Amino acid sequence: MTAPIEVTGSDAEAQPEAVLAGIDRKAIQGRSLWQIAWLRLKRDKVALIGGGIVVFLILVAIFGPFLVQDPNVFHQNLNDPTFNRPKYGFWHSGISGDHWLGVEPSNGRDMLARIVHGARVSLLVAFCATLLSVVIGVVLGVVAGYFGGWVDTIISRAMDVFLAFPLLLFAIALVGVLADASVFGLSGNGLRIWVLMFVIGFFNWPYIGRIIRGQTLSLREREFVDAARSMGAGSFYILFRELLPNLVAPILVYSTLLIPTNILFEAALSFLGVGVIPPKPSWGGMLSQAVSTYSVAPMFMVIPGLAIFITVLAFNLFGDGLRDALDPRAK
Amino acid sequence: MSGDTTVSTSKTIQDAAKPAPEPAPEPRPQGEVMLEVDNLGKHFPVTAGLLRRQVGAVKAVDGVSFSVRKGETLGLVGESGCGKSTTGRMIMRLLDPSFGRITFEGRDITKLSRGQMRPLRRDLQMIFQDPYSSLNPRQTVGAIVGAPFRLQNIRTEHGVKRAVQDLLELVGLNPEHYNRYPHEFSGGQRQRIGIARTLALKPKLIVADEPVSALDVSVQAQVVNLMEDLQDELDLTYVVIAHDLSVVRHISDRVAVMYLGKIVEVADRAELYERPMHPYTNALLSAVPVPDPSLREGRERIRLQGDVPSPLDPPPACRFHTRCWKAQEICKTVEPPLVRLSPGHEVACHFPENATVSETDTVAKAAVAHGASPDEAPLADQD
Ligand SMILES: Nc1ncnc2c1ncn2[C@@H]1O[C@H](COP(=O)(O)OP(=O)(O)O)[C@@H](O)[C@H]1O
Ligand code: SF4
Ligand SMILES: [Mg+2]
Repeated sequence: MTAPIEVTGSDAEAQPEAVLAGIDRKAIQGRSLWQIAWLRLKRDKVALIGGGIVVFLILVAIFGPFLVQDPNVFHQNLNDPTFNRPKYGFWHSGISGDHWLGVEPSNGRDMLARIVHGARVSLLVAFCATLLSVVIGVVLGVVAGYFGGWVDTIISRAMDVFLAFPLLLFAIALVGVLADASVFGLSGNGLRIWVLMFVIGFFNWPYIGRIIRGQTLSLREREFVDAARSMGAGSFYILFRELLPNLVAPILVYSTLLIPTNILFEAALSFLGVGVIPPKPSWGGMLSQAVSTYSVAPMFMVIPGLAIFITVLAFNLFGDGLRDALDPRAK
Repeated sequence: MSGDTTVSTSKTIQDAAKPAPEPAPEPRPQGEVMLEVDNLGKHFPVTAGLLRRQVGAVKAVDGVSFSVRKGETLGLVGESGCGKSTTGRMIMRLLDPSFGRITFEGRDITKLSRGQMRPLRRDLQMIFQDPYSSLNPRQTVGAIVGAPFRLQNIRTEHGVKRAVQDLLELVGLNPEHYNRYPHEFSGGQRQRIGIARTLALKPKLIVADEPVSALDVSVQAQVVNLMEDLQDELDLTYVVIAHDLSVVRHISDRVAVMYLGKIVEVADRAELYERPMHPYTNALLSAVPVPDPSLREGRERIRLQGDVPSPLDPPPACRFHTRCWKAQEICKTVEPPLVRLSPGHEVACHFPENATVSETDTVAKAAVAHGASPDEAPLADQD
């Protein structure tokens, strides 16, 4: 914590916290905890850089595919058949004015296009899976924490079961079964992406569920809940008007930190060949292809590796900064 | 927090800012009984294992009875953990009693459902102990103080905002601070916000659970004075909970002393402070600092030995016998009933202090009526 929130002044006006000193502010309008968090976040350069990269990556995932070349066009003329690697460029990467990140060994498809298309798959799967986890985790966590008793017992046991689940094995088996199937008119990679989102999202909810349950348990004991009840508020009002606004900060923080975990998970599954499969580009799939050529064309492995690394790091830096800014210990 | 503030120009606050004078409240009119609590108890089950089998019970409140008249202030005093908050929360129906009866304005409210309780909540409000936990940090002062209007669907003449600002002014806060958040206020100011919220519904009875114990000493008197002024202005009835006898001394008309879930003594304020009868009350009183040195002379500080026993397994008969310096065999076998020894003075002790001969006699008869053998009872010594 960088700034004390507690007001200790004894003069007539309520004292703004130290962070606000020197900032021009209207006398009457109060500062919400959100505004204070934003002021703190603005001073955290590392988190801002992380956040900037996150925003950039999201823009790339949305708009990038419209701007880059076709990721499936072969440029075999760029390939050196003797070593089966690009002829030109730094470390036989094929980097040139036409191909900013070089080309693949052998087929010579444009790496920039494949990375950008891969970003779309990665972020889409990670965001949707996270959303699913957060929705399930928040609903069950709040219900368990607020109602307690046997409801809590059942939900908590369910969390234990889910956390003990051999998720990777299950995912491999499930995708294997569905690989050639057709469900709801979906098949191939279209189906695989949905299965990935579901498997990753559905089995990760207990992490956020536990956090939200714990927070709800402690919030429930706060006297403002009793105050609301003593004015005639029902459970619905207390859950949505009193508790949930206090849970938005942890939900935001842990979602931001869950996204990179899910990106890694998607990459791992694609690497193992049970995620997105070629020709559709994915970062994990590219890494897996690079395994066979890393000795002759190392850049083919470095580039998707760096993409994953930078993305995961950026989300984590931003998430950590967000957590510090929204520090729940600050009253 | 180093101090509270005087913000507004309201008369209430200027009065409150003065140091508290020694108590001189005019006797309040003895109105009809507003709240009656009869043999009220709360046992929290203690469960163990996967199947949540009950293995015991915390006897937090174990059969307390008292009544509060309209317009008066009852102080409820006892060490931490003796069941004061639990009693207060049962009166508010935030907790369901395990047994006993609560009657409010002649109506039994013990078993009312949440829906039936709703309209009654206008008359029955609570001030909470911890001003840091009793205000939602994500809501503005306006939303917090305005919530009762919304929850009870009350139409206000000039809108909710205006009503809230009037309330803020009433408790001595700047009405312009409507859009501020709780963290921007000091502890004393926060407690005023909580009081403003309590007053929104124009309640008749307010249960104040240690309203100043979380505040700086310099601020405590201001908040107590504010509560007294509001009582006169708005015709309020209070149950004020405190863990020592110094706070309730200023504000109470009558005081009930609790020990381990039971009431051990009830008396009018002056009577209790001048002629405390239960040994526990004497011990509590001796811990209260005496401002007048001449009075301090005659009093020795009574130090209670040992800890408060666990309410999971309270001592049999008189619960105070493990720490009482007057304890005899009978105290461990026969529970002393709460006996009225003089008008408005009830004590639950076999060997009360400051008792007259006839009062000792009354106590002995009550003990025999509750199963003590006549030669055990204290009267036997005096014959
Ligand atoms: N919800 C609860 N579950 C179990 N025990 C409780 C609960 N609330 C209070 N208690 C116990 O009941 C006793 C009385 O508590 P409380 O009424 O808060 O005391 P006080 O307000 O006088 O300090 C304490 O021993 C406390 O641990
Ligand atoms: S009954 Fe006995 S043990 Fe209890 S307070 Fe009186 S003298 Fe002490
Ligand atoms: Mg308490």
